[in-house]
Amino acid sequence: MGEEANCDAVMEAGNGNGKAKENGHATAVLAMPDVKADDAVVAPADPRLQGISDAIRVVPHFPKQGIMFNDITTLLLRPGVFKDAVDMFVERYRGMGIAAVAGIEARGFIFGPAIALAIGAKFIPLRKPKKLPGEVISETYVLEYGTDCLEMHVGAIEPRERVLIVDDLVATGGTLCAAINLMERAGADVVECACLIGLPKFKQLGPMQDFYKLNGKPVYVLVESLEYEK
Amino acid sequence: MLPSRFLLTPHCPTAPAPTPTPTHPGGARSPGSVALRFGSPGGVRLRRGRGSAAVAMASDGRVERIASSIRAIPNFPKPGILFQDITTLLLDPQAFRDTTDLFVERYKDKDITVVAGVEARGFIFGPPIALAIGAKFVPIRKPKKLPGEVISEEYSLEYGTDKIEMHVGAVQPNDRVLIVDDLIATGGTLCAAAKLIERVGAKVVECACVIELPELKLTHATMRISCMNKGQMNLTL
Repeated sequence: MGEEANCDAVMEAGNGNGKAKENGHATAVLAMPDVKADDAVVAPADPRLQGISDAIRVVPHFPKQGIMFNDITTLLLRPGVFKDAVDMFVERYRGMGIAAVAGIEARGFIFGPAIALAIGAKFIPLRKPKKLPGEVISETYVLEYGTDCLEMHVGAIEPRERVLIVDDLVATGGTLCAAINLMERAGADVVECACLIGLPKFKQLGPMQDFYKLNGKPVYVLVESLEYEK
Repeated sequence: MLPSRFLLTPHCPTAPAPTPTPTHPGGARSPGSVALRFGSPGGVRLRRGRGSAAVAMASDGRVERIASSIRAIPNFPKPGILFQDITTLLLDPQAFRDTTDLFVERYKDKDITVVAGVEARGFIFGPPIALAIGAKFVPIRKPKKLPGEVISEEYSLEYGTDKIEMHVGAVQPNDRVLIVDDLIATGGTLCAAAKLIERVGAKVVECACVIELPELKLTHATMRISCMNKGQMNLTL
């Protein structure tokens, strides 16, 4: 993940009531399903968040020196915690008329389909170049060094369909921005982006709220990791 | 006795005439993989694996819907290959739910403790099964994607080799493992995944795929037959 130049990645996030832990563990943030982005209402933390936070392991210096990698594979080894994470997203998005869940390759593929199945939505894989057969649309985005590209099948999403975009983690927001752009080019309505982990790289001091924004779209995260150095 | 099958052959992009099941040494094929076969439109056959669950599935209307939701793309990734694309299945919530349900029904009483999914399309089908049966999910990935300590298994391609990796400690010696991918062609990737599981001392109960490409497997018939043992994909390459 690297800096993005083209995307207006203004992130507003607040500190939750979650306990900050030492040694690189993620801090739980509030999950407030009923709070709109502009509200500053504080609610008690969902008890499931502690288990989710505890289940994520931080691996130092991966993929390169200075990066503290947030590894969700340890969460996947705890079926109850994996289920809690999916349930929290499902509780939030059920009943919002979401027609499709788009997951970003590859870790978005682990969380997105379960959410889609539970809320009765389609699942759309957003992939690296040349993986999807047939006709695709592509969105190039900027990394710290060089560029990358995300593709979606033509016709996977219809104009005006409401879509949720899912990935395991948001850092700079470059990949999520590219995903939002793909959806909007296809005429879809991006309701929200959902990630287990948020790295508050562009966090601004502001009112107590746990929404980030990317291109004007809210980004909902379950836990916030403070251990990220570049 | 295997029912006759209507097969789409990889090198035949137009809808073919029905093809009878080819015979080959060894008789029953891959008893360890339950594949929802599909063929020309309207011709759907479920090949029976071991166990009684497969009998109920043969007459299950869900299989037809699943089969018809998969689209074939000619000449991808290269000329002469007919690519079986499951993304259209994922666009049909009922078909996707049915796919998951069919696997869950088969595996929920088999004491599976781990579902291992092969990157990347195994990541789509594996986790919903794992969640439904209360098993761990273990991603099996291309090289250098998993952080921390991994074990690797190299395997042969038509030209050259490839490698897959699994985290050390993800699978324990007493685990009972289901390996999931969207499609099995030669079985090379599934073999390598099975070897990883067995190297850490765990047991591969079965491999589950949505699609099987039997035509491609015929070229590796001896490999598959020598390895099949009570439903496990113990391939000795």
